[in-house]
Amino acid sequence: MYQTTYHRASSVDEAASLFGKSSEAKFLSGGQTLLPVMKQRLASPSDVIDLGKIKELIGVEAAGDTLTIKAATPHYDVATSDVAKKAIPAVAYLASLIGDPAVRYRGTIGGSLANNDPAADYPAATLALGATIKTNKRSIAADDYFKGLFSTALEDGEIITAVSFPIPAKAGYAKFPHPASRFALTGVFVAQTKSGDVRVAVTGASQSGVMRVGAIEAALKANWSPLAIDSVNIPASGLLSDIHGSSDYRANLIKVMAQRAVAAAG
Amino acid sequence: MGVEGIGARVVRKEDKRFITGKGRYVDDIKLLGMTHAHFIRSPHAHAKVKGIDSSAALKMPGVVAVLTGQQLVDDKVGNLICGWAITSKDGSPMKMGAWPAMAPETVRFVGQAVAVVIADSKNLARDAAEAVVVDYEELPAVADVHAAIKAGAPQLHPEAPGNQVYDWVIGDEGATDAAFAKAANVVKLDVTNNRLAPNAMEPRAAIADYDAAEEHFTLYTTSQNPHVARLVLSAFYNIAPEHKLRVIAPDVGGGFGSKIFIYPEEMVALWASKKVGRPVKWTGDRTEAFLTDAHGRDHVTHAEMAFDANNKITGFKVKTYANFGAYMSLFSSSVPTYLYATLLSGQYNIPAIHAEVIGVYTNTTPVDAYRGAGRPEASYLIERLMETAARQLKVDPAALRRANFITQFPHQTPVIMAYDTGDFNASLDAAMKAIDYAGFAARKAQAKSQGKLRGIGVSCYIEACGIAPSKAVGSLGAGVGLWESAEVRVNPVGTIEILTGSHSHGQGHETTFCQLVADRLGVPISQVSIVHGDTDKVQFGMGTYGSRSAAVGLTAILKAMEKVESKAKKIAAHALEASEADIVIENGEFKVTGTDKAIAFPMVALAAYTAHNLPDGMEPGLKESAFYDPTNFTFPAGTYICELEVDPGTGKTSFVNFVAADDFGRLINPMIVEGQVHGGLVQGIGQALLEHAIYDVNGQPVTASFMDYAMPRADDVPSFNLSHTTTLCPGNPLGIKGCGEAGAIGASAAVINAITDAIGKNNLEMPATPDRVWRTINAA
Ligand SMILES: Cc1cc2nc3c(=O)[nH]c(=O)nc-3n(C[C@H](O)[C@H](O)[C@H](O)COP(=O)(O)OP(=O)(O)OC[C@H]3O[C@@H](n4cnc5c(N)ncnc54)[C@H](O)[C@@H]3O)c2cc1C
Repeated sequence: MYQTTYHRASSVDEAASLFGKSSEAKFLSGGQTLLPVMKQRLASPSDVIDLGKIKELIGVEAAGDTLTIKAATPHYDVATSDVAKKAIPAVAYLASLIGDPAVRYRGTIGGSLANNDPAADYPAATLALGATIKTNKRSIAADDYFKGLFSTALEDGEIITAVSFPIPAKAGYAKFPHPASRFALTGVFVAQTKSGDVRVAVTGASQSGVMRVGAIEAALKANWSPLAIDSVNIPASGLLSDIHGSSDYRANLIKVMAQRAVAAAG
Repeated sequence: MGVEGIGARVVRKEDKRFITGKGRYVDDIKLLGMTHAHFIRSPHAHAKVKGIDSSAALKMPGVVAVLTGQQLVDDKVGNLICGWAITSKDGSPMKMGAWPAMAPETVRFVGQAVAVVIADSKNLARDAAEAVVVDYEELPAVADVHAAIKAGAPQLHPEAPGNQVYDWVIGDEGATDAAFAKAANVVKLDVTNNRLAPNAMEPRAAIADYDAAEEHFTLYTTSQNPHVARLVLSAFYNIAPEHKLRVIAPDVGGGFGSKIFIYPEEMVALWASKKVGRPVKWTGDRTEAFLTDAHGRDHVTHAEMAFDANNKITGFKVKTYANFGAYMSLFSSSVPTYLYATLLSGQYNIPAIHAEVIGVYTNTTPVDAYRGAGRPEASYLIERLMETAARQLKVDPAALRRANFITQFPHQTPVIMAYDTGDFNASLDAAMKAIDYAGFAARKAQAKSQGKLRGIGVSCYIEACGIAPSKAVGSLGAGVGLWESAEVRVNPVGTIEILTGSHSHGQGHETTFCQLVADRLGVPISQVSIVHGDTDKVQFGMGTYGSRSAAVGLTAILKAMEKVESKAKKIAAHALEASEADIVIENGEFKVTGTDKAIAFPMVALAAYTAHNLPDGMEPGLKESAFYDPTNFTFPAGTYICELEVDPGTGKTSFVNFVAADDFGRLINPMIVEGQVHGGLVQGIGQALLEHAIYDVNGQPVTASFMDYAMPRADDVPSFNLSHTTTLCPGNPLGIKGCGEAGAIGASAAVINAITDAIGKNNLEMPATPDRVWRTINAA
């Protein structure tokens, strides 16, 4: 690791102002992505501003039709939150599948969405549920937020403060873990909104990051059942291919995981 | 056996310090004035080193030196050696290129060191390493064995034309061909034994400390065999004569073979510490472990087995290409030859065997012994073939094996090994019973009704352990003898120190070796300590690998114990005014048999040291040593059966049951044996399902981190069902065969046989990743 200066912010405003004062600052949340990258000397921020202890950034709340997870809430807290389990069980379940216990105790939803790893789990839920990403400057709709691999609509220095998920009529998540990293080799989140719309988001499979799958959405809109997906054709083009999964295998997984997610959603 | 004697499940003495974080590993050691080394490693699989500019780095804070491969050559530090000479079928010696500890001219694999920065701290060394400019001229590279032997392939070493190290044969070709000519059926199989990265939990590390006044070096290092390291460092690398070099291997966090070898980093640390006049420490990180710890396996094999009309095996033909990587590591040459092809008879009566092994250089990390070393490759090949044969001949796989088992012992195989004892039917029976083999068909049908493909796979392995009779290995080309030494020091108060040449890096010697003493002398194990891993303390010894510590190392201790007991009996007889022949040892006392006259062991020890009243002419003291050279290998064997389900939608495998019935001869501590079997099985399952060290066509490693290289985790493996069927090894007085490698040797074939049974297709390579299994299911 290169030398860096560590700051512990006590409010979002303080974090934003610290960011403005330093030359190449990075926010630190759970550190599960940033710290390994720094240890490998692939990042050399002049300053690291820790958001992890900011009280207003931690917590899970449900009000009306919305489940809100604040940005620095660790995955473990979401996975075990009674509020989350009641409001959108599929989100709590998704959090319980992230990495391993050590990662879940530290990694956070804000860090995950800011990082936008193409194989991360939360982006699937965020996109499929049509969530809103709240920052210290604005609210961004999920459909406008994800901009491809490791890239988002966030501006330099913008801080995610919370993610608001509309509570759906039904939702399910099915993940096929990468054998080594345990990220998603392919993960599919299916949701049926209270107004009857269907949204399906896939993570881990596409060369351009989390994506919606119109063909499956249409099939499920016509008939909300695993069988409805049988006849859907998922082309392998544009999908990732690596030593753990070829693109046609991932295309197959998109279908199979979508079916299992629908079955789980009930 | 007593509560702490042989056969007792004694809790491991060493675990208190490991569990409480009080272990003392190399990286925990800090010496006064210590500097830190960071190696500059090649990013290219094959390149010429045109120049190294360290001028900017040398000006950076805390930098002590930047040393290069050329300086090593100038200082006449020797090249790395390969310690087992193999002769090709045409009578020529194996052809080896030079392996300098840092490359002065040419790099041949990604990760090979070209220079080292020595600085006041690890971070400063790393900072400065980024400022060293190495000018490489890239050369074409080759990573795959088949590509490497093609005409026109990039050549690694001028000494080895065609990238061929050797073309070695074993067995009777004429007799084997004759068997095939008469065969009723011939079964053929092509298999790849995937390359593995060992990944001990503790990365390799070294601290070298040169004392200029004494011209003496101390090396702390992560070694499975510190004496062998000292021998090689002094005899071949010109570091220092043996009496001026002390090698200490303190707590070592796992080895699996990868810490047998003497690596460039230790050599450079020693040399550098003299050059800079300060201690030099190097601790590898995980990436360096993936790039530079010797890899394991990596065979490509075509095999054919001949059967007569009664399904008896009549002949076995094997041709294997072994990928050695870019250089010949210390014992690499012996792994695909004498540790592999000599086991090709498996548990079976095979009248004629012929095997050819072609060793090949490629631009990849050097390959050497990894848990099982050659024997997993042999066992996997035979057991895949037996399963294939059963399918082709339409007979039950267990029955086909049984019909061909060796049942008479001793048994001379056609490939050197002479099996001393065993009962292969017993272990097969035990495993079949444990898994309810007879009920499998019903379970398969039941699974099918739930959309799952269920399979069962058998693997009957045998291995040659207790490595090894020195005369035999010497006649086969080994550069060392493979005996073991021991010293038993009884202190004046009756506590005991056992000095052993074996080295514990997870095996639990500090417990099991004490159990022998407890068994014989009735002394509590708390009164006994095991000293190992320091060439200044322990008489020369050969270290730990090849499941040899109990069969060879503990037998040496037994021999020394016998001498101690014999002298102690004389002292006791003298003190009790009895005849030596009447003295028996019971519960820590020396008794005159048939009387109540006794003297406690500590009093005997005290008498030996006060020397006030010893028999005439007896030397004071109670300390004996022994060397033990085994007369044969030992032959642990057993049957593993795996039952699993494959999800046809994803190709994912889930275990239903995994049973292991092993014959390890006598067990010293069944709990520790179970731990060894569990670990081995997980490594075998890891090879079958998950692990693969992969290079792209340009020799770039694509699995150099745990994010890409899939190590097995607890939830990847089943809960194991273990049992033992015992035949005592006649070759050593304790009847021990060894248990350290069995799991890794036998497990992978059981898993692949079960998957191929489940999916009804025979051709499936390891690792059987879900993608691969799914693809195989759906292949035309
Ligand atoms: C071994 C391992 C396995 C993993 N497995 C999975 C998995 O299965 N599924 C999965 O989804 N993830 C997985 N992860 C990732 C992990 O779950 C975290 O989600 C991820 O590391 C990012 O979250 P973090 O809180 O650790 O962020 P950090 O590492 O602290 O930060 C990541 C990036 O986000 C920025 N950032 C952080 N918080 C904010 C904020 N509030 N506003 C703006 N920018 C911010 C940082 O500046 C940094 O650039 C794994 C990680 C590891 C190490």
